[in-house]
Order: sequence, then C-alpha cells, then structure tokens
Amino acid sequence: MTNLARGGMTVYAKFMGPWGRSLVIGVPMVFLLLVFLLPFLVVFKISVSEMDTVYFKDLLSVKDELVVLAFKYGNYISLTQDALYFKAYLSSIKIAAITTSICLAIAYPFAYFLARSPAQRRPALLMLVMLPFWTSFLLRVYAWKILLADAGVLNNLVIALGVASEPIKMLNTPFSLVLGMVYTYVPFMILPLYANLVKMDLRLLEAALDLGATPWQGFWRITVPLSKSGIIAGSMLVFIPCVGEFVIPELLGGPETLMIGHVLWDEFFGNNDWPMAASVAVVMVGLIIIPLALFNKHQAESTSADLP
Amino acid sequence: MTPAADRWTSNAWMGAVYIFLYLPIFTLILFSFNASPMVTNWGGFSLRWYEALTRDREIIDGFKLSLEIAFSTGCSSVVLGTLAALSLHRFKRFTGRTLFAGMVNSPLVMPEVIIGLSLLLTLVSVQRLFGFPERGFATIWLGHTLLGMAYATVVVLSRLQELSPSLEEAAQDLGALPLQVFFLVTLPLVSQALASAWLLTFTLSLDDVVISAFLNGPGSTTMPITIFSRARLGLSPSVNTVATLTVAVVSIGVLAASVWMSKAEKKRSQEVASAYRKVD
Amino acid sequence: MAHKDLTGSVGENTPFLQIKRVVKKFDDVFAVDDVSLDIAQGEIFALLGSSGCGKSTLLRMLAGFEVPTSGQILLAGQDIVGLAPYERPINMMFQSYALFPHLTVWDNVAFGLHREGMPKMQIEERVTQMLDLVQLKAYAKRKPHQLSGGQQQRVALARSLAKRPQLLLLDEPLGALDAKLRQRTQLELVDIIERVGVTCVMVTHDQEEAMTMATRIGVMSEGKILQIGQPAEIYETPDCLFVADFIGTVNIFKGQVEVDEPDHVVIASAQCKHYVSHGITGTQGMDVHVAVRPEKMTIQTGPVQDADRESPAEVGFNQAQGVIEDLAYLGSLTTYHVRLDGGSVVKVTHTNDARHGSSALTWGDRVYVWWCGSDVVVLTR
Repeated sequence: MTNLARGGMTVYAKFMGPWGRSLVIGVPMVFLLLVFLLPFLVVFKISVSEMDTVYFKDLLSVKDELVVLAFKYGNYISLTQDALYFKAYLSSIKIAAITTSICLAIAYPFAYFLARSPAQRRPALLMLVMLPFWTSFLLRVYAWKILLADAGVLNNLVIALGVASEPIKMLNTPFSLVLGMVYTYVPFMILPLYANLVKMDLRLLEAALDLGATPWQGFWRITVPLSKSGIIAGSMLVFIPCVGEFVIPELLGGPETLMIGHVLWDEFFGNNDWPMAASVAVVMVGLIIIPLALFNKHQAESTSADLP
Repeated sequence: MTPAADRWTSNAWMGAVYIFLYLPIFTLILFSFNASPMVTNWGGFSLRWYEALTRDREIIDGFKLSLEIAFSTGCSSVVLGTLAALSLHRFKRFTGRTLFAGMVNSPLVMPEVIIGLSLLLTLVSVQRLFGFPERGFATIWLGHTLLGMAYATVVVLSRLQELSPSLEEAAQDLGALPLQVFFLVTLPLVSQALASAWLLTFTLSLDDVVISAFLNGPGSTTMPITIFSRARLGLSPSVNTVATLTVAVVSIGVLAASVWMSKAEKKRSQEVASAYRKVD
Repeated sequence: MAHKDLTGSVGENTPFLQIKRVVKKFDDVFAVDDVSLDIAQGEIFALLGSSGCGKSTLLRMLAGFEVPTSGQILLAGQDIVGLAPYERPINMMFQSYALFPHLTVWDNVAFGLHREGMPKMQIEERVTQMLDLVQLKAYAKRKPHQLSGGQQQRVALARSLAKRPQLLLLDEPLGALDAKLRQRTQLELVDIIERVGVTCVMVTHDQEEAMTMATRIGVMSEGKILQIGQPAEIYETPDCLFVADFIGTVNIFKGQVEVDEPDHVVIASAQCKHYVSHGITGTQGMDVHVAVRPEKMTIQTGPVQDADRESPAEVGFNQAQGVIEDLAYLGSLTTYHVRLDGGSVVKVTHTNDARHGSSALTWGDRVYVWWCGSDVVVLTR
C-alpha cells in the first residue's frame, strides 16, 4: 500500500507511456490555463487600463519613437478614496462571516444528529437535505420574497394572529439578506460536516467515555477536534462565495446592505466602466486569497491521503 | 442526557432544519395555484398561471436553451473532470501540480461575479483579436463547464480514492495494457460517480444566473436570466409555476435516482468490500 | 497481451529464476539491499520475514510493479527488469485477492485469457479446467461478494494460474483465514501448485506457513537475505542469531569459547558449561551464542544420570538446575519456564506423551534441565 506513496507514481502511470500521461494531464491543464488563469491576467490588465471610447487603450504603445507603458493605477486609488467601496468590502466580509457562523451553528448539530441516526434512515434523510439543493436556488430565494414581503405570507399570518397591528418590515433588510444567505448555503455546510462525522470512529468516543469523560467532554475534546477538517471545508465553502454573492443581495437585500458583488455588477452593467469593475474584482480576489489558499491546501491534503 | 431526551433533541433539531429548508418550496407550490394575481394574498385555487405558462414564449425558449446548455455542460464537465481527477489521483508529482490542483478546486468557491467578469473580458479581447466567438451558447457553455468541471473532479476523485490500487495492478499482471485497464476495470467501477457528476453539473448549469448573465449574447437568454429579471422587478406568478414544475420534476427524479442508487450502492459496497479482504 | 516467450537458451544447470544483486532504494532507504537468489524450476520458495524487511518489495519487483534501482532478474536466462507487468509470463495472487468486483467468477478467471487473444473455445476449456482445479465450478456465475473468504481465495488462485505462467507469485496467501482453515488450505494450495507444476515464489511473515508450504525458505531482514535453506536446515541449523531467534522458540546462551578442538568445543556461559560435539569455525576466547531448542531439552526432578549421556565426555556439561517459574499447558505439550540458578530463564517443551504424566511438575518445583551436545548450535554471528 505504501508503495504508491513511495514511488510517487502508480504502476499504472509508469507504464502508460509518455504521451498518455501528457494527454491526461495536458487536456484539463490547458483548458484551465485558458479559461481560468488567463482571464485573471486579463482582468488585472484591464484594471490598469484606461477606457477609450469603445474599448481600452493598449497598455503598451509606441508614440514618437518611444515605447510608452501606460499603467493606470488610478482605478485603485479611486477604490481607496471613495468610502463606498471600502464600506462595501467591509460589509461583504462582515455578512459572509455572520452567515458562516450561523450556518455552522445550524449545520453542525444537524450533521451530528444525522450521522448518529439509524443507518437505514440516513440515505432517505440525506436525500431530503439534497432535494432542495437540486431545485433551483434562484426560485427558492425568490420564495422568501413571498414569505417576507410587507404584504407577504408571514406578515399576513402575524396580523391575522393579532401579534402585531402593522406589517413588520422583514424584506430588504439585513435580516432578510442573512436569512437568504444562510438558507442557500446551509447545505454546503451540512455535507462536509456530515461526511466527516459519519466516518468518525465511534470507538474513540467510547474509549474516552470509558476513561471517565462525560458525554459533553467527549464531544468537545474528541468529536469536535476530529471534525476539524469538516468544519474548515464547510466554512470555506460558505464564506468565500458569500463574499462575492450577487443574486441574494439583489433579491432580498436592501439599501442598508451593500455588498461588493452588487458594486461590481453596477460598475460593469450600470456604469459600463470595465476597468473599474475589473479593479473591484482584483481587490475582491485579494480579500479572499487567504481563505482560498486555505481551502486549496485542505483539498490537497484530502487528495494526497493514500487510502487502501 | 438520557437516550430519550437525546432522541427528542435530535428529532426536534433535524425537524426544524427540514421545515426551514422546505418552507419556501411549499410556499411556491401553494401559491402557484393561487387564483389571485396578488401573489401574497390567497384568492382561491386556480390553474390559470399554468395555462399562462404555456403561452410564455420567453420562458419556454429560455428553458429549451438552458436544457441544451446544461446537457452539453454535463458531458464536457464529466470528461474534463474525469481527466483532472485521474491526473490528481495517479500522478503524484508533475510540474505544475499545485497550480493545477488550485485551478481545479478554486471555481468551487470563487464568487461567480469574478468568474463571469473575467471570462467575459477575456472573450471580448479574443473576439477583438480573432473575430470570434460571438457571445451566446458557446460562451455560456464555456463558463458553465469551468464551474462544472470543478464539481465533477471532486466527485470522481473521491470515488477513485476509494478504489483499491491492487485491482489495477491485478489487471496489468493479467496482461492488460494501461488503456485496457482503464476501460475494463477503472471505468466500470467509477461509472456511478460519473453519472452523479453528470447530474450535478447538469443541474448547476440549468440553475446558473450570474455566469450566464455575463456571458450571454443577444438571443441567448437562458431561463434563469429571465426569471431573475422578473424577480428583481417584483413578485411574479409565473415564477411560482416554474418553481412548482421544477420541484415536481426534480422530486420525482431525485426520488427515483436515490431509490435506484441506494440499491446499486448497497450492491456495490458489498461487492467492493468483499471482493477484496481487509489487509492489516 | 501475450506473454513474451522466454524460452531462451537455458543451460542444464542454469537456475530457472536468478535474482542477481538486486537493490531497491526509496529515497535514502534501502528496501532491498543487494539480494541474490537462485530458484530452481518447480520449487516453492518462501521469502520469510517480518513487516518492512523488504520481502514484498522484492516480490513486486518480480511482478514488475517496482523497478530495481540496480541488479538483474533473469527468468529462464532472460533479463525481465525492462518488461512491464503485462509483458511478463508471471502472475501474482494478491494479498487482498483483488478480484474484480464487477465481474463474475468465470469472467475474473477468463480476464487474462481474453487479454492474450485466446480463441473463445479454448478460453472456455481453460476456465472450466481451472475452476475444476479449485473446485468452484458451481460458483462460476457468482460475483466475488457472494463468496466466502476461502472461496474468494480459490478464485484468485485459479485466476493467477489460468494463463499457465512460468512463475507464480503469492503475496501472504493465507493471512486472513482462521487457524483451522489455514492449515487445511496450506496443504491444498501446495497440492494444486505441485499438480500444475509451476515454479512459485511466496512471501509471508508466518513461519508455519513457510515451513509447511515451501521447499526452500529465504529468511529476510532489513532488505537482506540472512539464510536460505530447506525448512529443516533453517530450523535446526540457523547460521546467525537473528534466524535462530526468528524461527520458532529458542534458548540463547551467551558465552566464550574455552576449548576449541576440531571435533568438539567447550563454551562457558553464565548458566553452565556447554559441550558441543562438533567443531566450529571460530577461535578460542571468541564471543559466541549457543542455541538450544526447547524441545531438545529434558526436564526432570532428579539429577542427570551419567548413563543418559551420549558420551562420557559430556558428563557435567549441558545441564543446569533451576526453579519452575511458569508453565503453559497446551494440551499436546507443556512449556516450562525455568529460572536457572545462573539467573536466566530457559524454556523447555515437554510432550505429554502419557496421560497425566507431566502433572507431576508444577510451579515452584526445583528441577534439573539437560540436553545433548549434538543438539547444540553455536552461532558465531
């Protein structure tokens, strides 16, 4: 079993021939370089370009026998000068962090209970969690509009029951935004946690209890640390995309909630200021680069584990 | 806590989460039968919105387009994802492996606005240089495939890691060339993962808003884009009907698939677990 | 893919399988350290050693899954190191069986035959033959998960013999079977292998398995082969301390050579003086180890009689007194742990050849332990 780790290549790989290996790695690699990496470089380039009437001026140009490199870092300066951007970045991170924490709080007990439920019931229960995921998220987020609107279902219920005399403003508030985000991302938190908890060797917990730990101590000192990788995976799966979310803030957010995804969209589709939108994107990537690196490291570790 | 209290907490918590997850869905279904055009006031039971849907060209055309794109995305994602998964699984060391792994995994979490914007800007530049591609089906497909490939890789890779390496060695020992090993042994054993990956990427593509919005062109408006624009403007009954139909189709599909899968899964894990014995 | 036909010009006296100075390095670690070995056609050769000794790596190099860092492996005179696993006329029975879960028993066994392009009729014939050999014809349509462990093993064996390989490799063939099944299967396996007449190299950490099944054993440790020989040779005449200790149980005395004559040797140890009735390649004053197997020792309450001795020269040697510290009654025999007056503990095995015969000895008894000079093995390394 360890021969694979030691050899650095499986025997399969060794005898595949040099062309076979190049093809298998090469095709996806080229695709990714062109469709993922190259666009990032393009975005960066455009973020330092000056907008001509229809298109960008070239970075490099020749004028009067002089090669001129025009790097317009002005876009980045504007980013720092206008409080709007800073506020948007900050609020995006804040909302992403809040969403992640709430998702964790909801998903962890759920995943735990699911993992401990009788084995025959688990596939059905899991399927019930996955089913909303397979139905369009756009539609489900939209549904909250129906539920939370001033004249919406919940308010009608609240007034009918006499709990309040006037509709409570629930839609287009930070509350509805976070609710929508949590709603959408909770399955992303449940799945890695569940996958981790269900594989946990229960005998470790039994050993702890046998040695005198209370169930509560067993949970905090054994179960939680062992599920660390699930927690990290789930948190990254929620936090990173939340920072750049656009659809949910658009449908459920309001004037008080400013998110950077919306700002980018406006710069691009509204103002038609592509270089500005590009610089907003570059800074956004900069913000998530650390969690992103953490996520990649985590994925790499789970990939390289040699399993029998 | 006593076992009974444990079970009560467990059921209560899980029940609450399920209610939370399904509340919007049931709301949509209920109100799709609402006679009143006022989406939030119940006006009696009616099928008028379903009837209206049959005349809604925008949605129907959008749906057809989305289906086509989703189908192609499913296929391309699975092919690329399988290649990527094979690369990561078999070749532990190759130049650019870290970069490769990073690029494969990042679309999973990267905000779609960034993917959409960057891809669009690139396509525009390419179009200026080479005259093609026009934005439309192909460009949306490209963006969806990037996303889909990331998901497909995860699914296929995790299945590959479960396979015992000695199965492929045994095949080689018995005279199979590496390509034969792949088609005769590896592929049949990961086929289920390939099917799940296809379904997953198909669904993702069908539902995608942001990337489609950035990458679409005139005449290539997908259904999610239509729904999104309507939803932004306010509440629209047509959305409810689409939602209900989607839920119905998906539920039946998921139910059927999971019944079939759990039978196949049981058989497969039995096969795999006892086709080779545990080695200490 | 058909086997490369290795019917080269093999001389009468050329061993069938020659492993010449094979080294395998993983980074800085020598998994296999300069191993040379000759195996004759038709033998069953066992590589015996504990985990990490390099036996599995060596086996994998024979199969083609590892490439030696240096050295040659010659099968019927031809170097196979450059050949891929699918090009070698060698088949392996994997430790985990590695039966293809998605194929039936029949298809598993036929797999290799299809790869060599054998005509359908012939495949049918051969597979039937193989299944008959392992007595699993009735299970041909079953899938591996529908079989018991022992049946799966037989399928794995049939599959590895189906192509009539020139060399059969067995990787820990009986590890997971329970004791009773193991004994029976050991003999059945040997029976089948001998009937087919194929040369076999097996790898195991189980001494009993090696001793039962193999015609010759190679004891390995830390990448090196310590001793090669027939089971009896290895057991009765180990040529180093490691082998003596590794195989079975043994009593080891540390001592110095006092008298060194061509036909006998006297060694002084803390427990007693040892009279060895043969010469050794050693010198006077040399530090050596003396090994005596527990079953060669006799335990009794009364003192040793001169008449019991093999020769008068032995009187006073090869004996000690002590107290029974522990005993283990194992039914057919009893093992006594005797704390000698000199301080060490020796193990003495006594066959219970009479009912209630040995119940005379118990914990705390003062006993005499003695043995013959011809049963002593002197280890110089």
